[in-house]
Amino acid sequence: MSISTDEGRYDYATRPVRAPRPEGDPGLDLRDETRLSLYTRLQELRQVEKRAYDLFMQNLVKGTSHLSLGMEAISAGFGEALRPDDYVFATYRGHAHTLSKGSSMDSVLAELLGRANGLMGGKGGSMHLSDADRGMMGSYAIIGAHLTLANGTAWSAQLRNSGQVTVCFFGDGTTNIGAFHEALNLAKVWNLPVVFVCENNLYMEYTPIDYITAVANPAADRASAYGLEPMIIDGNDVDVVYDTARKLLERARQGEGPSLVEAITYRSGGHSRADPAKYRPPAEVEAWKEYDPIIVYHQRLLDRGFSESTLTEISNRVADQVDRATAAAKAGAQPPLESIFTELWADGGSAWRS
Amino acid sequence: MAELTYRDAVARGIAQEMRRDPNLVFLGEDVAAAGGVFKTTVGLLEEFGPDRVRDTPISEQAILGAAAGAAMTGVPVIAEIMFSDFLAVCFDLVANEIAKLRYMTDGQVSVPIVIRTANGGGSRFGAQHSQSVENWCMMIPGLKVVAPSTATDVIGLLAASIRDPDPVVFFEHKSLMATKEDVPDGDIVDELGKARVVREGSDVTIVALALMVPRAVAAAERLGEQGISAEVIDARTLVPLDTGTILSSVERTGRLVTVEENPRLCGWGAEVASLVAHEVFWSLDAPIVRITTPHIPLPAADILEDETIPSVDRIVETVLGEWA
Repeated sequence: MSISTDEGRYDYATRPVRAPRPEGDPGLDLRDETRLSLYTRLQELRQVEKRAYDLFMQNLVKGTSHLSLGMEAISAGFGEALRPDDYVFATYRGHAHTLSKGSSMDSVLAELLGRANGLMGGKGGSMHLSDADRGMMGSYAIIGAHLTLANGTAWSAQLRNSGQVTVCFFGDGTTNIGAFHEALNLAKVWNLPVVFVCENNLYMEYTPIDYITAVANPAADRASAYGLEPMIIDGNDVDVVYDTARKLLERARQGEGPSLVEAITYRSGGHSRADPAKYRPPAEVEAWKEYDPIIVYHQRLLDRGFSESTLTEISNRVADQVDRATAAAKAGAQPPLESIFTELWADGGSAWRS
Repeated sequence: MAELTYRDAVARGIAQEMRRDPNLVFLGEDVAAAGGVFKTTVGLLEEFGPDRVRDTPISEQAILGAAAGAAMTGVPVIAEIMFSDFLAVCFDLVANEIAKLRYMTDGQVSVPIVIRTANGGGSRFGAQHSQSVENWCMMIPGLKVVAPSTATDVIGLLAASIRDPDPVVFFEHKSLMATKEDVPDGDIVDELGKARVVREGSDVTIVALALMVPRAVAAAERLGEQGISAEVIDARTLVPLDTGTILSSVERTGRLVTVEENPRLCGWGAEVASLVAHEVFWSLDAPIVRITTPHIPLPAADILEDETIPSVDRIVETVLGEWA
């Protein structure tokens, strides 16, 4: 679709609906434990994000927030497939990816609250969640650069022959910035063990991605320019994401180089805390609400013979965990003011004169 | 002891450190097979091989991203940005990522990276290949900033920068490449945050950096003929800044002149002037003087460029003018 000079070209909410295209159970050969683990992950990410939203509404979390509500299947699927020592990079919309890499709910929620027991002691905040000991190499709030950083950890793994793979998550809007193109080119030229995951939620912040992109599929249609296979998957089907992740991670681990996958998904809410997302056609929002990754997976597990009580037990257990994590986060002390001047340099300080 | 050019000192410094640390890697545009556009990296590919010395595409963001990402995992990296003007192409990496990674993560990662780049004028390259941009980096918390003026300092400060666990931007001056001096044999390792008194004097302290150092020294010789004893300090590193050496010199001489190649506004000399004015104000016998490139982009023609960048004549005339 091109931007015409027609009147109303910016009336995004009246444009044709881009509805999900469910393909049903892909019929993968997965163990029961894996399916329940994927369901647990979906519940964890959903419930923490909902709690984060509540805490924002209570004005306990300051600044802004970018939630992954509706998009959890992508980080859940990859999280299940990743090795503990693999590296992950995320964007400012990175709560889910951080949790998926194994960071505790307490430490994530405490960071959102700006407490001393937060992942970065209150220095990072919602947009910069990092947990390097767990391979969560950070959440980056300026579009583009973290794809180039992901090449770096992949290069390190290649140099050390460690078998580690780097996974870099980013949004559809990122495909239009130069760093995206520089990163893909170098990853291919150096055959780096890195998987680039485009979470295409159809909107670059407040603007439909197809209105401002030269090609219909912002990531996949660029893949061939970098010698990569174009790949589009259903980002709301956690089985599909997990299966894709397994294959791409293994491929990279075997030295077969980088890949780029475009996972189609949808934000339940706006771009950030401040955005009511009125620019989306109501019928589109409704269609995707029905194709919510948790609704889809819940039904699939019932269809596959898992009991409602098993699934309810999981969601209740997660709810308890989130409550306890919230309490622990809230109980955290305010960061000490001395910490303002720590950890600029590797010596722990911030002196600029000798 | 053997004579060595500033240019050859770069390769010697890198090689010294790559021999010491088998994990150290080096990347940049035309640095491997071609030996660098300034021939500063000749022989490194041959000695250390293509895994450790890598040619990259013209992708400054990808260069610094790869360098910083590897550094975050503990692999020390030297990255070359061919001309310092090109730092603007990848300034998000410089200013927002590399400089902030450690602080934003509250110390979870270090970024042991050295960004080497050719800085400064005198080559008649015009406005986009001639700037002195050390002040761009000096103003960003989280970057160390180094700019050597001699071949020996190139090796010693490069070694110190590589061994430093924090990000260092290392400015090599294009117009010093052909200069040479006797350099000690064996490994040379210096220290960041140490200025050097290049010439002792008692009437005025002249603080200079990189190409401005030999010009300040030449000016001091001429001032001496006029009965003015000028002390010349080579700042060598802007961050950390050796304020002790500068302040104690001004306490003795009572006068401060900075000689800066950067354009006037927010040049590093302004910070030095502010420190001196605040901390040793009562030692001053005269107003502080800043000699800088005017606040313009650099012109290309030789006669115009020579008029623009502080020269020995301009330093002498300015100091004498203050004495009148």
